[in-house]
Amino acid sequence: MSFINYSSREINCKIVYYGPGLCGKTTNLKHIYQKTSPGIKGKMISLATETDRTLFFDFLPLSLGEIQGFKARFHLYTVPGQVFYDASRKLILKGVDGIIFVADSQKDRADANQESMENLRENLEEQGYSLGRLPFVVQYNKRDLPDVLPVEQLRKMLNTSGVPDFAASASTGEGVFPTLKCVAKQILQELRKGAK
Amino acid sequence: MHPPFVLYEAESLKIKNVCEALAEDANAMAVFLIDASGQILATAGDASDIDTASLASLTAGNVAATSSMARLINEKEFSQVFHEGANSNLHISVLPEDFILLVVFDDRSSLGLVRLRVRKSSVEIIQMLEAARNRGTRSDESALPFAEITDDEIESLFSRS
Repeated sequence: MSFINYSSREINCKIVYYGPGLCGKTTNLKHIYQKTSPGIKGKMISLATETDRTLFFDFLPLSLGEIQGFKARFHLYTVPGQVFYDASRKLILKGVDGIIFVADSQKDRADANQESMENLRENLEEQGYSLGRLPFVVQYNKRDLPDVLPVEQLRKMLNTSGVPDFAASASTGEGVFPTLKCVAKQILQELRKGAK
Repeated sequence: MHPPFVLYEAESLKIKNVCEALAEDANAMAVFLIDASGQILATAGDASDIDTASLASLTAGNVAATSSMARLINEKEFSQVFHEGANSNLHISVLPEDFILLVVFDDRSSLGLVRLRVRKSSVEIIQMLEAARNRGTRSDESALPFAEITDDEIESLFSRS
């Protein structure tokens, strides 16, 4: 649920990166953090284990500029991907305005992708959301690795409803910004629709 | 997508005034009103040395986690959480509909005083938030400027990142 404050003239929106363990959600955020200018970004917070696995969430606030005289602020979150952190994933979906599903393109992660997508649907429904009615983008990550499934096959497995999708390699940065831009655009377009 | 929660200027000012009064009455360093997704609705006191966006998102995460812990032991929620530091402390209280009131204070105040003042201010803040939520959209401002957002404007947001 976005928050619009007339007093400070701000629109605040929450975007969540979802996906199986080690698919590259945190790497997406790190790339965004590294490539945005200091005036736009806040501090990146990572609640991670000693081995750099996300324990609770990563958080990165971005202030992208003004729209109709209002500052457009996006709070980016990742969820912990490992199966047993499901309780934490549910908490992070609270108040979400848009979702980026990061899929791991490697062949041996096909099942993990599908399980995570199913888990996303269930957790959203539990909180009264429907994936079909939220701004939603799919990213096929790790395209730079050797043993990956073709995008067309991943699309059939994970994106039957035909939402916007992107091939990416978060470690090199390819596809990271187009993915974010696409979901942020959808959120603003939803706000426009709601205002009419 | 759930409809946005909108605070108009007068509503925002009223809530800020209550938070300012709370900061003063409780001798607190700063007071924040935060929603369940970690967005800041109001700030009072001196927060100039604090990374407020990070503090708000971590507070929302903390409340979400402690509420889930409460349910595991058959409690509805922990309505108040206190973190004690060597110099500064945090008092978190959960208001209805998952709004959160966060008070940052040091040894110029005390937990008892903060709890007492928070209890009083919470009642006022809850009423104001409920009024804002239930008012619906206002005809004069509500069609909001966002109906006029153009695709070019959205596009330009990303040009300087």
